[in-house]
Amino acid sequence: MAMQVELRVFATLRKYLPDHPLDRGVVVTVEPGTTVGQLITKAGVPLEKVKIVMVNNRHADLDQQLVDGDRVAVFPPVAGG
Amino acid sequence: MSKILRVNMTTQKVNIEEVPEKYLALGGRGLTSQIILDEVPADCHPLGPNNKLVIAPGLLSGTSAPSSGRLSVGGKSPLTGTIKEANAGGITSQKLANLGIKAIIVEGKPSKGTYVLRVTADNVELIPADDLAGKGTYELTAVLRERYNKKAGVICIGPAGEMRMLSAGVANNDSEGNSSRYAGRGGLGAVMGSKGLKAIVVESDKTFDAPVQDKERFKAAAKKFADILLKHPVTGEGLPSYGTNVLMNIINEAGTLPTRNFRTGRFDRAAEVSGEKLAEVAVARGGKATHTCHPGCVIRCSNVYPLPDGTVCAPVEYETAWSFGPNLEISDLDVIAKLNYICNDVGLDTIETGCTLGVLMEAGVLPFGDGQAAIKALEEVGKGTPLGRIIGAGAAVAGKVYGVTRVPVVKGQGIPAYDPRACKGNGVTYATSTMGADHTAGYAVTANILKVGGFVEPTKEDGQIELSRNLQVATAAIDATGLCLFVAFAVLDNPEGLPTIVEMLNAQYGTDLTVDDVVALGQQILKNEREFNTKAGFTKADDRLPEFFYNEELAPHNTKFELKDELDEVYNF
Ligand code: SF4
Repeated sequence: MAMQVELRVFATLRKYLPDHPLDRGVVVTVEPGTTVGQLITKAGVPLEKVKIVMVNNRHADLDQQLVDGDRVAVFPPVAGG
Repeated sequence: MSKILRVNMTTQKVNIEEVPEKYLALGGRGLTSQIILDEVPADCHPLGPNNKLVIAPGLLSGTSAPSSGRLSVGGKSPLTGTIKEANAGGITSQKLANLGIKAIIVEGKPSKGTYVLRVTADNVELIPADDLAGKGTYELTAVLRERYNKKAGVICIGPAGEMRMLSAGVANNDSEGNSSRYAGRGGLGAVMGSKGLKAIVVESDKTFDAPVQDKERFKAAAKKFADILLKHPVTGEGLPSYGTNVLMNIINEAGTLPTRNFRTGRFDRAAEVSGEKLAEVAVARGGKATHTCHPGCVIRCSNVYPLPDGTVCAPVEYETAWSFGPNLEISDLDVIAKLNYICNDVGLDTIETGCTLGVLMEAGVLPFGDGQAAIKALEEVGKGTPLGRIIGAGAAVAGKVYGVTRVPVVKGQGIPAYDPRACKGNGVTYATSTMGADHTAGYAVTANILKVGGFVEPTKEDGQIELSRNLQVATAAIDATGLCLFVAFAVLDNPEGLPTIVEMLNAQYGTDLTVDDVVALGQQILKNEREFNTKAGFTKADDRLPEFFYNEELAPHNTKFELKDELDEVYNF
């Protein structure tokens, strides 16, 4: 059974998903067993540009397997203060 | 020869003094804190004649070292009662350093009157300026630059400082003359106001010519340091593209964005006030997504945000976008920029003011989310009405006046834009910093959220004490150099970073410092500050967070802050 996850990309990664609305994520349909890294690649974002991934508000590794309804946020290196 | 300017406001006399041996190797926060410890009685009233306002450029300021033009402003804080160093960008630090001025010490108190201190290469003069009393900082800065020197650096206060409000800041201007670069925290504007000093005008046509002993060696080290900054993805690309407000979305996604006066860790409209959105709007309106606060910064984290009415707020920083945004449940960037502009003009710290408005919303004085009501309330500050004075007095006072228990302060100072329950390293810093709640004092967001300088799980207790301790020591040292703290993002990730800073210092001063000496300097600064605070009556009981952080869970992680006695280990060095 295919699952749906919500993907958000931020900062300089937004250029890879130009139609991605800033205030909402894009809903992506994936097969069970899909990892965070596979989702990002499928969305067209180069993995080497990715520094931080959060799934449901927690830092996640690229090999973490997705679960139906996950909220995935992807960031390049960012900082401020 | 470098010198110290001592300005006695009681007698209105200025003395030019030689720099004592003991102070030669100090600068920035290292120097302001040492002078305050040496000269200010810890039990003095912060607004009385015995407190002093000490202003010092950093050790590397005024040279070609990249991003080194930061200014330290110190004194005993009327907001916290502790020692205080507030750090600002702008163009004055470089000018002071090029005039050979190691520090300005403003002491005493006049019986009446408003004054301007004018500092040029060959003269220092205290000028009566009653005509400038009550002016906002933007107009004041423009008038003074017109009157004395179009390129002057102006250190000044707005009406909030003159009215001695506890959260009044000290403004500095950027190259364009915007008085928006604040030594904001801790009410040092009120200290300056208590001394009748409205502004310090600093004139120097030199920016990068402060004396350097070994020029070639310095040049090589400065170039290497610029490369380190430019090659790091954060300081080379992230900060220039979106400024500090690029944090809004990631802090929200991490569930540690204080929302509705620290009630939850997420704001569903965070994206609308984020750096991405800000850059889009700023550029569309003819502003800038990238800007520097002083010449020679290669990181360029600032922005220029034009408001619909034509006024320009430059910059809108993350902390401010948070304090007036998610903290108040406001999702309109124009409202945030307007509140920011009013604070800059009237002379208030934006973090403290946002925390205070949050407390007033908690009390029901204003509705959460009502931007127009917030603007109207903030406009009371300049008029000096009772509500305006409550707002200017900070979150702790506002909480007491209205009987609110959810008051996010440590040692009387408002907690910034990272909830301590889900970014626990920062919680340790807020609790234990010598400054009261201050995110810059030991910015554990690096390892907790941003994966810079390692990773320490933000919602757990493990490793947070050590993380905060190391960062507090390193920060104190950086604040002495005049380097912008944002260099730390690159320095923490690059083993060459710290040695290159040491190399610049050695080339400039002819010293033989090692990396260990720099760490020792950071430790010594913190020890000096702790000593002052202890003499002022502070104990470890003050090194704690407000009760509600220990009792109430923060969604979405549903964590509380658990560290108490462990906090006393931060200063084990
Ligand atoms: S990084 Fe930003 S705050 Fe720091 S010196 Fe540069 S422009 Fe100023």
